[in-house]
Amino acid sequence: MTSEILQLLISGISQGCLYGLVALGFVLIYKATEMVNFAQGELMMLGAFVAYTFLDILQWPFYWAVLATIFVMAVFGVVIERVFMRRMIGEPPFAALMLTIGLGFLLRAVAGAIWGSDPRSITTPYGGGIFSIGDAVLGYENIAIVIGTAILCLLLYLFLRYTRVGIAMQAASQNQLAAYYVGIPVKRVFSLVWAISAMIAAVAGILIAPVSLVDPQLGFIGVKAFAAAIVGGFGSLPGAIIGGLIVGVAEQFAGLYLPPGFADTSAYVILLLVLIARPEGLFSTMQKKKV
Amino acid sequence: MRFIFKTQYEQDISLLKHRGQLFWYGLLLAVLIAAPLFLDRFYLGEISFVFIYAIAGLGLMLLTGFTGQVSLGHAAFLAIGAYAHAYMLSKGLAFVVALPTAMILTGIVGAIVAIPALRLVGIYLAIATLAFLIIVEQIIIRWVSVTGGGRGMLVPPVEIFGLAVATPGRFFYLCLALLIVALIFVMNLLRAPSGRAMIAVRDSEIAARSMGINLAKTKATSFGISAALTGLAGALMAHHTGYISPEAFTLTISIQLLLLIVVGGLGSIHGAILGAIFVGFLPQGIALLRDTLPPAIGEVPGLEPGVFGLILILFLLFEPHGIYGQWLKVRQFFSEFPLYRRATNKRQKTYLRTERVR
Amino acid sequence: MSFFRASNLCLSFGGIRAVQDVSFEVEKGEVFSIIGPNGAGKTTVFNLISRFYDLDSGSLHLGETDLGKLQAHDVANVGIARTFQNTELFEHETVLQNLLIGCHVNRRSGLFSELLHLPGARKQELEFRQTVEDVIDLVDLQAYRYQSIGSLSYGVRKMVEIARALCVKPRLLLLDEPASGLNPEETDDLSFWIEDISQDLGITVLMVEHDMSLVSRVSNRVLAMSEGKLITIGNPGEVQRHPEVLEAYLGQSEDAA
Repeated sequence: MTSEILQLLISGISQGCLYGLVALGFVLIYKATEMVNFAQGELMMLGAFVAYTFLDILQWPFYWAVLATIFVMAVFGVVIERVFMRRMIGEPPFAALMLTIGLGFLLRAVAGAIWGSDPRSITTPYGGGIFSIGDAVLGYENIAIVIGTAILCLLLYLFLRYTRVGIAMQAASQNQLAAYYVGIPVKRVFSLVWAISAMIAAVAGILIAPVSLVDPQLGFIGVKAFAAAIVGGFGSLPGAIIGGLIVGVAEQFAGLYLPPGFADTSAYVILLLVLIARPEGLFSTMQKKKV
Repeated sequence: MRFIFKTQYEQDISLLKHRGQLFWYGLLLAVLIAAPLFLDRFYLGEISFVFIYAIAGLGLMLLTGFTGQVSLGHAAFLAIGAYAHAYMLSKGLAFVVALPTAMILTGIVGAIVAIPALRLVGIYLAIATLAFLIIVEQIIIRWVSVTGGGRGMLVPPVEIFGLAVATPGRFFYLCLALLIVALIFVMNLLRAPSGRAMIAVRDSEIAARSMGINLAKTKATSFGISAALTGLAGALMAHHTGYISPEAFTLTISIQLLLLIVVGGLGSIHGAILGAIFVGFLPQGIALLRDTLPPAIGEVPGLEPGVFGLILILFLLFEPHGIYGQWLKVRQFFSEFPLYRRATNKRQKTYLRTERVR
Repeated sequence: MSFFRASNLCLSFGGIRAVQDVSFEVEKGEVFSIIGPNGAGKTTVFNLISRFYDLDSGSLHLGETDLGKLQAHDVANVGIARTFQNTELFEHETVLQNLLIGCHVNRRSGLFSELLHLPGARKQELEFRQTVEDVIDLVDLQAYRYQSIGSLSYGVRKMVEIARALCVKPRLLLLDEPASGLNPEETDDLSFWIEDISQDLGITVLMVEHDMSLVSRVSNRVLAMSEGKLITIGNPGEVQRHPEVLEAYLGQSEDAA
């Protein structure tokens, strides 16, 4: 019995890390630009496809391909920000949300056009191997996911805490005009934020590719990751990861102990329960307006 | 250039602002009433579908455009309306009983959904409605005895007091009539304190409260009426396709409705209608486009949503006030000709101010 | 029984004692001003009256009604209307719509009669319009009736705020820094309007203000606050000469030893 629970826990944490990574991308963009990027899942999907291109089509060595993917996606993130999102600054948040929803659709269609809709997979140096703790089985891919997530979070934390850019990001998100006045190159900060989010999405894409097949529909995981981000409270980076873990683990347990179909909706039920108890998510950053 | 000289307050509240409007809308109505005489059944079906979408669009416009509550889950109300209606018909209830009951039922569900939604703002509300949609979908799939589960339900054709309304022409009139009734109700609402309260809630909750507007009641009313209208559209949609299944009420449909109100013009009744026309005929347009495009693009399976996405993006970037907004600019151009200046409608440079302080 | 009574108001935000044991009474028909340096807690008192904040202790009474039991949206119902320091207008609507929303409190129609636009609802609509027009006449906003709020200048926006509050037909009007951002000429006009509101309409006015000349001109009595505490209440002249008030505003003189 306990090995069953352990197995669920492991799978849940692994899946939860993936949700958490995508959620991290959401929250980063939201914290910095007050815009919701509903296309974050699609960015992850693109990351996976780009990795596929480098690894399986061009046959590059693994770590070079990973770096190349991250770089390409970073550039892509900047392009999206420059071309689309920049014009949405100052518009009501609903407009930015709708724009990214449209973007998601567009990216899905473009991916289908470029790579076709047949599911693919990528070859990784750690694919296939397994590791057992008692009766519980852990694939190397899952370990890679957890380690990858941890490393990424650490890097992000250091970046935001100890560099001026991190502080500049927060300033630009709270009051853009004031940020301009103190000399922060706001537009460049926004581009940077999108680049970082796209890079996180790329890493998520590379990590998820071995455990799930890569096809244009991969982005739909973004919707659940969104729920995870909200559970964590949409302005908190650690909250995003924690939200992801909660959703990931709960899903696994729901899948086993509840009738079929409930596992899928468990993420959303958790979301609603959390929002009823705390309307701003678990680690929210909202304040009361002073009139 | 038309100058409306008002001498009475009644002129400000009336639905039609001047003789010209009466003429043009009257003409439109006449054309629509005559339509079944010269259009074939395919086009009648298409336009009926546009009417149905317009009713749903009105519902969502009331909630999102006028009350400022973003809903990603409106397809759930379509579903509830459709299934409630179909179920009652299958139990032998008459159309004229089932339809209003389904509407009221959906409206009540909407008002109930509003209660937890009261404390949620912006993106939290949007996602909560999305969660609601997904849970409703699951309920539909699992409640097989009522909904037929994944296999769906057949919907009998419309019969009102023994008269079969199954022919495209008659169904067309039914949808048109219900759309006109819905329009009048919503317009009445907006020129009365209830509707203005909704607008107040959208623009400033703090000011609304200090003006004596009960936020909870207003939001619940808005959710309720919006859900009821969408439920009505759902029930009509059930008849239109003759068959309902869970696949007809997905997130994609919700997004299509949002596309409708954004492209049509957020915050206006015309926007709901124009958006419905646009979204209703878009699949046709894409199908035509498919034939002319090279196979590399035309054969892509995700083309339709892709085009939806592209159009949504283009509108949001270049014409955020939607088709109606563009129409107003065109009208202004002609009425002010040759003195129209593009700078009149130039978007002000705006700066981001955090929404996280409420 | 006094018209409006605030007794021993106390409110803290965490460790900050925003309002400490403030008590005052307002007579019917008077213009009562609250002054004090920034951060004194003046707007907090207003927010307490509007029920945006809950009192830690103390009470507020309008006549017999205990305000502490009301919710924010009931405050207008008992006859209290307010304006905001940074205008809280309905940005996407016209001035007319804003003012009509101000009439909301006096609504007698229900949802049903409004949906069907029954004669009762229609008649009420016309009555509201009459009320709004009377207010527009009072504050000279005729030129701005159909203009969207976003296109108005600051001075006009402030007047629309006040006009909207007047549409509520209040017994007590709370004005939060009505003169801030106005030039001397506009402030002059404002003082006339406040006099009109008080004398012609018989509305009791409670005002938070920094502009001393305006305060002296229109107020019957003044309350001075500093750091959440009440310093003194009296007529404008007395309060302005009060040593503690001067100290609060100007600081202590270095010579005073």
